[in-house]
Amino acid sequence: MSVRMPAPDPRTLASRASIVAAMRDIVPGEGVIDQTEELAPYESDALTAYAQRPLLVVLPETTEQICAILRWCNEHGVRVVPRGAGTSLSGGALPSQDGIVLALSRLRRILEIDYDNRTAVVQPGVTNLAVSQAVAARGFYYAPDPSSQIACTIGGNVAENSGGVHCLKYGMTAHNVLGLKMVLMSGEVIELGSKALDAPGYDLLGLAVGSEGLLGVVSEVTLRLLVKPQAAQAVLIGFTEVEPAARCVAEIIAHGIIPAGMEMMDRPAIHAAEDFLGVGYPRDVDALLIVEVDGPLQECRHLMELVTEIAALNGAATVRVSGSEDERLRFWAGRKAAFPAIGRISPDYYCIDGTIPRRCLPEMLKRMSGMAVRHGLRVANVFHAGDGNLHPLILYDANVPGELDRAEQFAADILRTCVAMGGVLTGEHGVGVEKRDLMGEMFNDVDLAHQERIKCVFDPAMLLNPGKVFPNLHRCAELGRMHVHQGMLPFPDIPRF
Amino acid sequence: MAQQQCHAPATAAQVEEAVAAAVAERRGLEIRGGGSKRLLRMPIEPAALLDMSGVSGITDYDPDELVLTARAGTPLVEIEAALGERQQMLAFEPFDHGPLFGAAPGRTTLGGIIAGNVSGSRRLSIGAARDHILGFTAVSGRGEALKGGGAVVKNVTGFDLPKLMTGSWGTLAVLITITMRVLPRPRTETTVLFRGLPDQAANRLMSAALALPAAVSAAAHLPSSESTAACSFTALRLEGFGPSVDARCRELLRALAPMSAGEVVTAQESNAFWRGMRTLDALPREGHVLWRISVPPALGWRVGESLASNGARYVYDWAGGLVWAAVPETALRSGGARIRAIARSLGGHAVLVRAPPALRESLLAGPPAVVDADQGLKVLHQRLKAAFDPQGILNPGVDLAGEL
Repeated sequence: MSVRMPAPDPRTLASRASIVAAMRDIVPGEGVIDQTEELAPYESDALTAYAQRPLLVVLPETTEQICAILRWCNEHGVRVVPRGAGTSLSGGALPSQDGIVLALSRLRRILEIDYDNRTAVVQPGVTNLAVSQAVAARGFYYAPDPSSQIACTIGGNVAENSGGVHCLKYGMTAHNVLGLKMVLMSGEVIELGSKALDAPGYDLLGLAVGSEGLLGVVSEVTLRLLVKPQAAQAVLIGFTEVEPAARCVAEIIAHGIIPAGMEMMDRPAIHAAEDFLGVGYPRDVDALLIVEVDGPLQECRHLMELVTEIAALNGAATVRVSGSEDERLRFWAGRKAAFPAIGRISPDYYCIDGTIPRRCLPEMLKRMSGMAVRHGLRVANVFHAGDGNLHPLILYDANVPGELDRAEQFAADILRTCVAMGGVLTGEHGVGVEKRDLMGEMFNDVDLAHQERIKCVFDPAMLLNPGKVFPNLHRCAELGRMHVHQGMLPFPDIPRF
Repeated sequence: MAQQQCHAPATAAQVEEAVAAAVAERRGLEIRGGGSKRLLRMPIEPAALLDMSGVSGITDYDPDELVLTARAGTPLVEIEAALGERQQMLAFEPFDHGPLFGAAPGRTTLGGIIAGNVSGSRRLSIGAARDHILGFTAVSGRGEALKGGGAVVKNVTGFDLPKLMTGSWGTLAVLITITMRVLPRPRTETTVLFRGLPDQAANRLMSAALALPAAVSAAAHLPSSESTAACSFTALRLEGFGPSVDARCRELLRALAPMSAGEVVTAQESNAFWRGMRTLDALPREGHVLWRISVPPALGWRVGESLASNGARYVYDWAGGLVWAAVPETALRSGGARIRAIARSLGGHAVLVRAPPALRESLLAGPPAVVDADQGLKVLHQRLKAAFDPQGILNPGVDLAGEL
């Protein structure tokens, strides 16, 4: 682990026993974990390169318990790291040595389904997929579908503003959350949004979604439900070069089509997926598109005609339209298994998540090949091509000294290039600890100070999810006074990590 | 009355100068784009005018990327014309408040649309202005230039400042450039009309329509009114590619037939109907105060039911989730507190849009809307304002915390 975190508070470390006792008072039974071996599963999230044993883990079962835990921790200056299913790919749930992990996995009830208003109210520990399953019989679903949807929780989705392959057409989590009940670090409960389509005051709901657990702990979420489209159809389009594939993506959109999903894989990713699952991807192409359209049958048929025509005009080498629901799911199976497929051919891989303007895709791939040579590592690529969201998978072996460091440098190079091309550091995985120290690539000190002051509004003692998102260590009092002149900090020598 | 001091910047640097000077002199600034919503939320404390209409023009438009960047003072009509040439649109259907106040149309600006989170009928299906903003540059009340968000559709880097700016009514920062996500304009549209339904039945029909896989993009209801002697209209709009719209239209008529028999209107009539919703053609202006009431969609009809005794006229948009109510000025007195209480009891809120200046204050007065549970929220609002604008320079007197 190479990332630096805020220095642990020795007083907190020394009073561990009394903290455990206080937490047991609030959450009786087995809801407090303090045995070393039982803490192990909480040391990392899905970004396993970073690990830290927490002080202890608390698993509340009610909003009231969350309030009491946070109030106590706030009064005693104890840090808190909220955690859902631990599927974050950016280290968003990485524990603090002197902090409590507040695991929300026991709050997993669906509280209300309101078909008239097309909403569901759920607790944060409900899994993403469980929401869709609960409303499927009535023909509804919850649209955002991150790849980890079997495991990942709604609370985590809200914290990270998660996307998925269908967010091109149906939006990210932020577009599908109507309301939140949130507990502040002070223990106060606030309600943001509602079943109504807008709310008075500042858009604190918009601010809370994607705030990576820095502003509050979500205890209830009001989700927007959508009606399941009648039909869906996918097509595999193979190209012997990347440029025409990128052009094909642009032309589909230029024709006024927003597909339900539009994914691209490069040759290494295609081969890895095909070796793993044998779903029938063509092996002799450099770029493979999976384009999915949905809606009434007539719409699918009409759009599929247009898409295949555009593919042919751009010189596609192969075009294969799914002839059945089975085949459509097979097309996706390869894409969705891209990560485990890469896991088979490399001891470790590192998944990156930047966004670029779509037109830069061919150039980006070219530059990535150069970087791969420079860093001496292989890379396979899957993209959400429709919205320019890249997921390069860097292959490395953690047991070879220096390879993880090289993988991290390679990743940083990719992300810097994303920003230089007019893109951003993260499209859907979040900043967490992973991209924290790259925030300066995108934002200057004035931009960041404005964001950090929002953190101070919600959590003035900066106890909630410390060390995440922001690269500089500022005290709130200092931020309040700070006037940053033309991007230059007045105190360039303050501690940073 | 003393003449209002006026700044008319043409560049970002000049905006920064004007705000920095106001900060230094601790002097308020009223931020104005086209002025179309000025009467809706006017600063109530003396302030110099910061006229943003000169900070205008589209700076970047890439139709293939579905992204457009324009300066805050760019008139909406200019943006819509540029998008129209490429068969694209701002999908949330922003509209011009000017005509609601009897002003000439065409003055509203992108900055004003974002400051007010102005979203039209398609908000029901595709989200509000806040769901379509991607990034911005601005000068905060600290006199500092800042940026937020980015220029790509998918971005979760840092806090979502673009959403915070949207609907903040110029109280946190002066927007300079705004980057929006744009979408292809639907190739065809059609509207299915149902006549003669009472409010509750219409509300139920709209809910039923939205539970069908018909992708209804907008749903509105115009109740019958004694003064026009017309029967009520309930309208469902379908948009997209021709073959798809046709199929969905047939399915919708078939599935809703047990509730009411619908008829399909021409694309032209459909267009005219939804344009009329933007300017609230169906509601009286003279002698009427205008409220905007937002509630859970299925409960919209109950707002109407509660208001009817007041002699109010109203229309429903967002499948019942948005009620525009024109209340006779004569029926008022304690009216403001009552309307806010109705909205709150249904889980929503009410905003006073248009009222004569003399009435405005008394309508906004009354028992505080805030109940204990919201006190924490109110404090967060005050702290946020102080974080961005510690001296209260921007739009002084516009108090969003006071409206909770």
